[in-house]
Amino acid sequence: MKKSHWYNYLWIWSVVYFAMGFFHILFAWLGLISFFLPLIFAVGVGSKGFCNRYCDRGQLLRALGGQKGFSRRKDVPDWMKSKAFRYGFLAFFMAMFANMLCMTYQVYTGAAELRETVTLFWSIPVPWSFAYAGGAEPWAAQFAFGFYSMMLTSAILGILTMLAYKPRSWCVYCPMGTMTQMICRMKAGAKKESNP
Amino acid sequence: MANQSKRHAVVDTMLCVACGACMEVCPRGAITVWKGSYSVVDDALCIGCGLCAKECPASVIRVEDRP
Repeated sequence: MKKSHWYNYLWIWSVVYFAMGFFHILFAWLGLISFFLPLIFAVGVGSKGFCNRYCDRGQLLRALGGQKGFSRRKDVPDWMKSKAFRYGFLAFFMAMFANMLCMTYQVYTGAAELRETVTLFWSIPVPWSFAYAGGAEPWAAQFAFGFYSMMLTSAILGILTMLAYKPRSWCVYCPMGTMTQMICRMKAGAKKESNP
Repeated sequence: MANQSKRHAVVDTMLCVACGACMEVCPRGAITVWKGSYSVVDDALCIGCGLCAKECPASVIRVEDRP
């Protein structure tokens, strides 16, 4: 058994992040760390260092699925690891992200009212006003609700596929992972290799 | 090499998602993620234990007989 590293405990950040969202939705902004860090690694040094070690979600799924044994450890279906699905899911995720930014902008301009809901799976609104008592700019709160929705939805997806397949099967179709790998491959100039 | 194992891990680099799960479990430190693109196994270090293949979330590592 390999010894644990400090970064194996980064799953604690996932738990803290989602817990904080129950108390004050504005903490959801901190989720941007999980957006910018992988991009900085990829664009800056052409590395997947974030995915490889410091991703709190990867560590959470490893801890729950691997160490705690909640995963069935079955192979993911072939379509799930296909380029079409991975890039398709990335495109879908980006579209939903753009839609969320659009809603934030509408609230900013006053064209729409702040909706104090967390939307699961881009369609199921869950009342979340208990975590917001006002005080912030409405657009900043709207972004927080939208961002938390995205983080929670993807975490649930990750946990579901962790249970059904391998512990870190989320990593196969994680939009950030797909995007940073794309950036790294472009940076490395990795030519399409014929598989031996 | 005289003490090389009979089997070794082979990565399908086209389908590898470069998550690094294999690198994390390799007891020999034989795996690296090459420039964030895909996993590369150091054949001289690999003992063909198969832990990486078991861990790989995309199931794109196979343990094969060495050529």
